[in-house]
Amino acid sequence: MSKFEIVRPGSGNLEKPVTPKNVPNRGGEANPSGTALKEQFSTAVLRIDVVNGETTVLVETSKVLDIVRWLHDDATQSYEYLSDVTAVEHRDLSMPIEVVWHLRSIKFRRFLRLKTQLTKGAKLEVPSVWPVYKGADWLERECYDMFGITFAGHYDLRRILMWEQYKEGFPLRKDFPLRGRFSRSEQLRQALDANPEAKYSMEELNVADTFEELPLDMRARIASGEKTGE
Amino acid sequence: MGLSKPDAGGPDAEGPDAEGPDAGRPAIVSVEPTGGEGWITTRLDFLVNWGRSNSLWPMPFGTACCAIEFMAAAASKFDLARFGMERMSFSPRQSDMLICAGRVPFKLAPVLRRIWQQMPQPKWAISMGACASTGGMFDNYAVVQGIDTIIPVDVYVPGCPPRPEGLIYGIMMLQKKIMTERMSNKSLRNEMEPDPTSKLYIPAARIDEISEPFGNSVHQTRSAP
Repeated sequence: MSKFEIVRPGSGNLEKPVTPKNVPNRGGEANPSGTALKEQFSTAVLRIDVVNGETTVLVETSKVLDIVRWLHDDATQSYEYLSDVTAVEHRDLSMPIEVVWHLRSIKFRRFLRLKTQLTKGAKLEVPSVWPVYKGADWLERECYDMFGITFAGHYDLRRILMWEQYKEGFPLRKDFPLRGRFSRSEQLRQALDANPEAKYSMEELNVADTFEELPLDMRARIASGEKTGE
Repeated sequence: MGLSKPDAGGPDAEGPDAEGPDAGRPAIVSVEPTGGEGWITTRLDFLVNWGRSNSLWPMPFGTACCAIEFMAAAASKFDLARFGMERMSFSPRQSDMLICAGRVPFKLAPVLRRIWQQMPQPKWAISMGACASTGGMFDNYAVVQGIDTIIPVDVYVPGCPPRPEGLIYGIMMLQKKIMTERMSNKSLRNEMEPDPTSKLYIPAARIDEISEPFGNSVHQTRSAP
């Protein structure tokens, strides 16, 4: 697929879309991509469920990037759109944490949910799908921010909702208290310590590099010590 | 609205010709000199307070649904302009009254504080709605439990969100509060500055520097007090 090809909804098959009726809670018509995945990656596909008419494929953690890349690139699948990356921690604390990818094929009007399980205690790490979908950038950062799951291969994995110096942990984990770990006064003190003018993270902010990228006239003005205002 | 004429008899005076809904109520504002005050200063106070209270320029700090009600209060049906505040000041330098409408997360706390520090005296603050006043239903790790932990607040408007009438009532309460101010009260404009050794302290010169003037307001660069 060329880079700027326009994908028309439903251009892959000519059936008109109909609203599904009487969808069973379990079972029912599965997304054909599930069986295609099973043929392509036989051992990496652990389970295929159909829940409320949506197909969920449980896959091996190490193969996620290969599978997503195949689903994106293969002409018979053509999943152009990544709608969400998120994670689930179950109330039963012995159950593993699940990372979920929601993929959508605009061409074939299909929806596919990929899941992988991460055992607690071990390092929570999954491959990043950022090399395939650039839109995964902020989704994976949010997932890291809230759950502490590392996405290996993400170019800039840091907190996105909480501020960068946030020390209390990962708020959506089940062991995180609703009101945070610190006292209210300590939370407020740390929040007020933050500098609202600091738009860039420590990693981003390399003053010498930034200075070289400024326009010539701006560089000259800063170097001459010019002040604005009064 | 409860403001007695300068020649009214005193705090408890009832004008003999009082009519309308306020008839019979004690006057709220007195300009009669009390101990140590002169006739001229009280009249001057009245004039200054009258001018200030009827030309409050709001600095809207809207973060959530309360801001929608605030916009409704400013729009034509409720028409905040009737009270002399049709001029929304989106720059803290040219505003008199901070209206914090909505919840403030911890990430926004230093921003709200900085905006308050940039506003020149005299300045007042209204905390609009349950979230701004107490944190409301968001008793969690991310939300400030009341903006009075960050800045001083004059009027709290309850409600979730308050209706525009509620906000207008709060603003009118603030106007009454302003009418009772006295220049002889030296502590009125005192601000508690953070300890210079703490991390919260920002010198006035730094605040001036980061809020450079724009437009035609080049002379308003002094910091708050």
